[in-house]
Amino acid sequence: MNLADPALQGIVDSLNAAYGLCLDDGRLEEWPEFFVDDCLYQVIARENVDHGLPAAVMYCDSKGMLVDRIVALRQANVFPEHFSRHLISRAVLTGSDADLVTAEASYAVLQTRNDGETRIYNAGKYVDRFLISDGAALLVSRMCVYDTHRIATLLATPI
Amino acid sequence: MHSLGQIEEQRSIPTAVDYKVYHDPEIFAAEQRSIFKGRTWCYLGLEAEVPNAGDYRASFVGETPVVLVRGQEDKIFAWVNRCAHKGATVCRSLRGNQADGAFVCVYHQWAYNAEGTLVGVPFRRGMKGVGGYDKDFDPANHSLEKLRVENYKGMVFGTFSSEIEPLEEFLGPVMRKYIDRVFHRPIKVLGYARQYMAGNWKLYSENSRDSYHGALLHLFYPTFGIYRQSQESAGELAEQGFHNIFTVSKPKGDIDYTSFGDEANREMQGATKLQDERLLQFRPEIDDDVGLHIQSLFPNVVLQQIQNTLATRQIVTHGPDKTELVWTYFGYADDDEETTRHRLRNLNLVGPSGLISMEDGEAVELCQQGTVGAEGKYNFIEMGGDDVRDYYAPMGMDENAVRGFWKGYLELMGDGQAPSAVEVPA
Repeated sequence: MNLADPALQGIVDSLNAAYGLCLDDGRLEEWPEFFVDDCLYQVIARENVDHGLPAAVMYCDSKGMLVDRIVALRQANVFPEHFSRHLISRAVLTGSDADLVTAEASYAVLQTRNDGETRIYNAGKYVDRFLISDGAALLVSRMCVYDTHRIATLLATPI
Repeated sequence: MHSLGQIEEQRSIPTAVDYKVYHDPEIFAAEQRSIFKGRTWCYLGLEAEVPNAGDYRASFVGETPVVLVRGQEDKIFAWVNRCAHKGATVCRSLRGNQADGAFVCVYHQWAYNAEGTLVGVPFRRGMKGVGGYDKDFDPANHSLEKLRVENYKGMVFGTFSSEIEPLEEFLGPVMRKYIDRVFHRPIKVLGYARQYMAGNWKLYSENSRDSYHGALLHLFYPTFGIYRQSQESAGELAEQGFHNIFTVSKPKGDIDYTSFGDEANREMQGATKLQDERLLQFRPEIDDDVGLHIQSLFPNVVLQQIQNTLATRQIVTHGPDKTELVWTYFGYADDDEETTRHRLRNLNLVGPSGLISMEDGEAVELCQQGTVGAEGKYNFIEMGGDDVRDYYAPMGMDENAVRGFWKGYLELMGDGQAPSAVEVPA
């Protein structure tokens, strides 16, 4: 694949935009559908990545585990009521192999709780592998590497 | 109309503690003196975090910044991260290696060795005979404030107290037995997570000792139809009351622990099933049946094994209503790649995003918010009795260890725990 192809860039950026809006709209049940079945989703502190340490606060290596996360969020977990707002940069496509494309994009997740104040909740970057087919992208893996390594209260909603 | 009753002074006791302990800045300051800098051993980190000479890791004792360093002769030192000259922060990174063994304050380049001793002062004799320090100036009197450091099975503790008993005695035989259990073979660090709660450190300390809330606040297990009524739990306290261990074991008998499906007790079967049961898979790796080990060591650390997750949770007090929890996750040094992946999968259960633990952060904040302005009003800690026992095992429906925390806390605080004036109905 030609990484300079504007169509490819558009496919990746469109997925990222739809992904952010899906979470921010609270359509959490749709979120696993951005991934292939045999996926890997991680939310991991930059301090760990920089030191070659693997521990992540979320580590889901199947789509089923993503579904389990959402079911737990809806039915079991207790956390402050909040809205999320993703601001995601244009992706930088970093490589390709057959129908796979690797890319990175910066993100900031703002959070608004019941007090009405909007805070920068989590800032970082996505390190991604996309499967491109029929003009659409699916996430094979997404590693959310967060700079904001002091998590406010807890981290419930996926990044 | 409300009639004014008699005003009495009421002191906190282990079953009824004045809510002001979570808010009062004077109590917070007294705790720093009497607890964190008093007769306690505070957890500083794991030996495995500083494996090589010159390795260091920023840490805290209460609110005081401290640095843990491994010196050239393999000895571990700790000192307050505050230059003896102007009080500037000397070590500015979270961790690293100081290959030449010298820690230099950037402000005026005072240099200290790993032990914290002042070894260099620029222009000590002035320049061209002008300026400089008096000839009586002795660098030995201007070192960093040093802590006594002791290590038990790879957990490193420090103290400001010159009077306290050795670490092993402070921990006591019961706590040591359970630390031995987790550190039965060499470990390796898997990473960190830091969680910042808008709540008092004691609310978290109570939470980690509170076996009553487990199945009530954390609804993950019942939601997915997992509630093992036949599992066995037990709690033990150290002599002082303020350290405790709570364990849950798999039921005795022929239950296959390799399959979550077989293990699940169906009595509380929820409508939902886990899509990926590997999340909960448990591979016993210590020679017992314990699947949950939560050990709170006063005043600032929790040691845990939950399924195959291993972690220390260090409590850092940044203010009466600001508490940071530093999770250090680890595995065993001989873990292969697949075992590490299994631990990472299990880690979904714990930490700031833990499916069975994230609620603790919210509970701490709810109690902080709910007790604003509640000086002279008291909590109620009588589940399972009003005494402090060294052993308890009633399915965790007991606040014995919370009372034990307060017993030890109140003893250490002494007069720092000023009574509130309480209005008694006429």
